[in-house]
Amino acid sequence: MEEYGGGDLLSEAMGSAARVVVVEDCVEAPGAFVLHLLLKRALASCGAAAFLALAQPFSHYDRVLRKMGCNLSLHRRNERLHFFELLGFRGGAREGTIADSFVRLYNEIQRLVEANRAGENASQFTVVIDDASLLEVVALGSVNDVLNFLHYCFALTSEMNCTLVVLIHEDIYADEEKMGLLLHLRYIADLVIKAAPLSTGLAADVHGQLSVVNKGTFREQKAKAQKVWNFHFKVKENGTDFFYPGTRH
Amino acid sequence: MAEAVVRCLRDGRLDGEHAPALAVEGSLQCCPLAAGAMLHIAAAFASQVAAGKAQARGLVVVAFDRSPLVYLEFMRRRSLDTNALDRCVRILDCYSDPLGWKQKIQNQQHQGNSAKQFSTNKENITVYRSVKDVTKLMSSVTELGGGFEEGKKYFSVAVDSISSMLRHASVPSISGLLTNLRSHEQVSSIFWMIHSDLHEPKVPRAFECLSTMVACVEPALVDPVCGESPGNLSVLEQNYSKAKFIVRLKRRNGRVKHLYEDLYIEGNDIKFDSAPSVSIEVNQSLVPKAQFNLELSEKERSDRANVVLPFEHQGNGEPIRIYDGRRSLPEAQRDLSLTAPALVDEIKAPKSGTAKGEIHYFRDSDDEQPDSDEDPDDDLDI
Repeated sequence: MEEYGGGDLLSEAMGSAARVVVVEDCVEAPGAFVLHLLLKRALASCGAAAFLALAQPFSHYDRVLRKMGCNLSLHRRNERLHFFELLGFRGGAREGTIADSFVRLYNEIQRLVEANRAGENASQFTVVIDDASLLEVVALGSVNDVLNFLHYCFALTSEMNCTLVVLIHEDIYADEEKMGLLLHLRYIADLVIKAAPLSTGLAADVHGQLSVVNKGTFREQKAKAQKVWNFHFKVKENGTDFFYPGTRH
Repeated sequence: MAEAVVRCLRDGRLDGEHAPALAVEGSLQCCPLAAGAMLHIAAAFASQVAAGKAQARGLVVVAFDRSPLVYLEFMRRRSLDTNALDRCVRILDCYSDPLGWKQKIQNQQHQGNSAKQFSTNKENITVYRSVKDVTKLMSSVTELGGGFEEGKKYFSVAVDSISSMLRHASVPSISGLLTNLRSHEQVSSIFWMIHSDLHEPKVPRAFECLSTMVACVEPALVDPVCGESPGNLSVLEQNYSKAKFIVRLKRRNGRVKHLYEDLYIEGNDIKFDSAPSVSIEVNQSLVPKAQFNLELSEKERSDRANVVLPFEHQGNGEPIRIYDGRRSLPEAQRDLSLTAPALVDEIKAPKSGTAKGEIHYFRDSDDEQPDSDEDPDDDLDI
């Protein structure tokens, strides 16, 4: 595979027009590798990114991406990567305070996106959230506050021409009533990437299957573009291989 | 049919009635098509308004789910020029800053500056920042609607979508808003989108009750196993490319008419495809599948036409022989005690005060087939 993964099945499935990408995963098939790959691609093509990390500290991502050939520390120093370590993010005890915390967080993201757009070398900006399920935790279960925050981030994608990538754990919402965060995110998304285990169980050479649903919007639409993809993946230290079932020897 | 629906909205309210209301329902499995259907109806309606064919002079779009520019761009692709859009379309933008966060941030950064500098209303777009306040929303909509032309002219309202509104306000308050809009003297028609799988079933039902037309966008193919399994890609692929557009029209007299079309995405546009023999197909689907025959053959139809009904006047010029149903007619003719004279006497003296009653029976029109979709009261103006 190419170093930046530009020519693989995932790139082909994603196309170029998607602005809101939702990555769904579960315990049996974690989808963090998709975030790592998308972050690497965002920074590779002279782009900039804001990474909202609720799941892991910076050092974790730095280590993982370094093995994939991407130096996050360097990008952070050059202010191409803006890392928000939100492990200690507190939504607040009262309802008003949760909303205020999200307003402040959104404010910082908006400033970064605007600064990037107004700068001399305006480039593609990507906002990555790891992950939305933890956002709900810091919001003390207030789905509405999380959705409000995500809506504002979503509005940024159309106003400022940036991309939003959100990871959510599908299996948390499996038994929940239909009004969960997951369903709302699926509605907002242009592209849904779902990591699932193989139905046949664990395997050494295949770590799971990825289904990509490119809903398409009425902004840009290629005639007769394929909308649904499904292929297998294998996560390696330096990247991920994507291949159709049965094509691995 | 999408055209029929747009015509109903275009024709607007009748005297003494509330404005017609269309509820467009979609689900996740075909959400791009549901969104497309809503865009199509808005654009088609705006075209009718621009051409002067509608009761309304303008359309107010209350946009929650999409940037206002998406609507304007879609309408431009449908050959509505800038002049027509400026004249006939106003968008209340509840998408860009629904809760006033941007304004709050700007106020904190530029302390003391007037808030008005941030409500940059471009073209025909007005930013609205208090989506939790339904009363204020109502007055903003009516204010925009009143600005199309001088004098009290009609305008129509589109809400995209009710599901997003329900995150900020309760079902009763939004129902109240829709009812108030429907009964507002200047509102010609109203239509809205709701995503049925984002709510409990009773919520879309509640909004259906407020509507006079319901258009459901349903998946073209139903996966018998589960829509989520990655194995059924062809079903998923199909359902993102085409869907069924099923319309239920409620008439004033309460009768419900069903219409059906296919809709599909072509490039970056949405198209409708009228299925042939629409009403027959729907009627056939309404007849339950049973192991016995519910239809009539030609012979059965003619036999039925020949049946002599009791207490019926044959109307063939002969003396009235009312068949009382106790015996077959030829036997009754031979039985003198039951022949005409006795009955004719009775008819000559209807008020003789005898204990016998009279039955005047007029058979229903033979032209109408049973279970026909035609409503004989359609032409009444009650």
